[in-house]
Amino acid sequence: MNVHEYQAKDLMRQFNIAVLKGGVANTPAQAVEVAKQLGGSIWVVKAQIHAGGRGKGGGVKLARTLEEVEKHAKDILGMQLVTHQTGPEGKKVLKVLVEQGCDIDHEYYCGIVLDRTVGKVAMMVSTEGGMEIEKVAHDSPEKIIKCHIDPATGLTPAHGRKLGYALGLKGEPLKKAMAFFDGLYRLYVEKDCSIAEINPLVTTKQGEVIALDGKLNFDDNALFRHPEIEVMRDVTEESAQELEAGKYGLSYISLDGNIGCLVNGAGLAMATLDILKLHGGTPANFLDVGGGATKETVQKAFAIILQDQSVKAILVNIFGGIMKCDIIANGVVDAAKELGVKVPLVVRLEGTNVALGKKILAESGLKITPANDLADAAKKAVEAAKGGK
Amino acid sequence: MAILINRNTRLITIGITGKQGTFHTLQSRDYGTNVVGGVTPGKGGTVHEGIPVFNTTYEAVQETQANAAMIFVPPPAAADSIIECIDAELPLIICITEGIPVGDMIKVKAALRGSKSRLIGPNCPGVITPGECKIGIMPGHIHMPGNVGVISRSGTLTYEAVYQLTQREIGQSTCVGIGGDPVNGTNFIDCLEMFQNDPDTKAVIMIGEIGGTAETEAARWIKANMTKPVVSFIAGAAAPKGKRMGHAGAIISGEDDSAESKFKVLQECGITIARSPAELGQKVAEVLKK
Repeated sequence: MNVHEYQAKDLMRQFNIAVLKGGVANTPAQAVEVAKQLGGSIWVVKAQIHAGGRGKGGGVKLARTLEEVEKHAKDILGMQLVTHQTGPEGKKVLKVLVEQGCDIDHEYYCGIVLDRTVGKVAMMVSTEGGMEIEKVAHDSPEKIIKCHIDPATGLTPAHGRKLGYALGLKGEPLKKAMAFFDGLYRLYVEKDCSIAEINPLVTTKQGEVIALDGKLNFDDNALFRHPEIEVMRDVTEESAQELEAGKYGLSYISLDGNIGCLVNGAGLAMATLDILKLHGGTPANFLDVGGGATKETVQKAFAIILQDQSVKAILVNIFGGIMKCDIIANGVVDAAKELGVKVPLVVRLEGTNVALGKKILAESGLKITPANDLADAAKKAVEAAKGGK
Repeated sequence: MAILINRNTRLITIGITGKQGTFHTLQSRDYGTNVVGGVTPGKGGTVHEGIPVFNTTYEAVQETQANAAMIFVPPPAAADSIIECIDAELPLIICITEGIPVGDMIKVKAALRGSKSRLIGPNCPGVITPGECKIGIMPGHIHMPGNVGVISRSGTLTYEAVYQLTQREIGQSTCVGIGGDPVNGTNFIDCLEMFQNDPDTKAVIMIGEIGGTAETEAARWIKANMTKPVVSFIAGAAAPKGKRMGHAGAIISGEDDSAESKFKVLQECGITIARSPAELGQKVAEVLKK
């Protein structure tokens, strides 16, 4: 789960991480009000969307007067902000964060992620702050300094010194950076983050160490123990179909092709997309009905797939292990009848109770194209989608 | 001989009285697995479907001399169950549970280091040595005894591969689902090494997916250490960047963990690749003929 920058900063404050004073606004008038309360003579107006690269897309602007605050807020609120992470359609901005300005001396990068190869969390820093870190990792990997942190010790002052000195810090800023690393690590672990990224982390001319931006992602599997994070969910940032699917235990991701897919198991679902592409087709979605699907979840899955107007054919690929083929077959037949499925339907069933499942499909009176195996299913689905154009 | 489990395996199920735990324990027993007990705190001393139930794993191991555990505990408590099995010094722990927080698994991983236990999973279908022992949720009837080892991060895609083999009357020595999570107990290399040392295994299928570097590390290990042929497929070539495809591990973030770059490294390391998941059985038949 993602949160907005202003929410991430609220959490960071709880872990004694220095961030700038600011407030969130939904209208230009509110933005001016926030700026007045903050005082000072320089403000930054920042679009709040779940994507990086906002500055380049025109979503972050500096204001030297209250009139400029109002103007920038007016420009940014409601805009369709396009960044390298939003896709070409961009994201609509509904909130801005208005913050005080500060005297930046130097910009750095700091991030925490899981390193799967060792099964430990890694903290990374770089002197190349403010840049796209993927680019730094690719072009000059030596500029990224890492520490793997053992869960038994947590982050220790030794890690902090290694990272702080690597950034060229000393004296008070070094001490403050070490406190920052400690706070960010504790936040990451205690709140079950999956990514914590501060880009840029800055030192100011006054010797402060401040998180100027903040991106936090949370492990969905751990949200059950973090109701305080769950309430931060912004449903306007998430796909309505994906949310709806999630309610029924379905894992759905919309793609840009025309063959709807209904598969059990994530690996087989991915492989189904792959084989469709190999046969010259384009999948309209990834959909894993999971291991314990019932007739109802299969019907729901059909309903979600059919909401996508570009779907020209549907491929059902089920390898029944726990899930019995006759249950799936009944779900397919009922869904096709009730929803009045107009597009061609290709069904491949294999595994537990397969004979019974095939019989149910054959006797349903519906126009269903049976497939014998994975390759046959892909071929038939691709042909069906072409014919439906 | 096979790897990990065989006729002599003595299994206990953790979370045996739950719906899933009961169903799959009985399925495993029907297949021929020697189920010697189960654990559900508070139900110790009772008998469930003819199987003695204990309050703790420690007690179950003491009483039954179990040497393997299968875990069906819901995600919030599953990591604790793994740690209980490590404490009971069970040599083999197979965790089926899906949805364990990564933070919990990082601690489990630390507890496994230097312990007497091997963990398979979590978020996996389990392990089967066809004709001898089944521990997990895979449909037993699609397997047949033979000489091909199967290792996979996925569930149903593994069934697909096994089914293709069985249809060609190519049997399997052992099939291991290592699980789809980013932090798991046993990786591809661990299994490859066991298969390399297993006289009953003549070839291996390795089914990977996008995300992480486990497959490329395995490929380099195969090149340096393995004399038996390996056939491999990587799922997710059609997955868009930055999308998580069901498995927590399957998120494609950089160039390095795309299906394309994994296929490339596999090929460079002399591994036979199946571009299509429908070709796995055929490719194995080809390498076995050589």
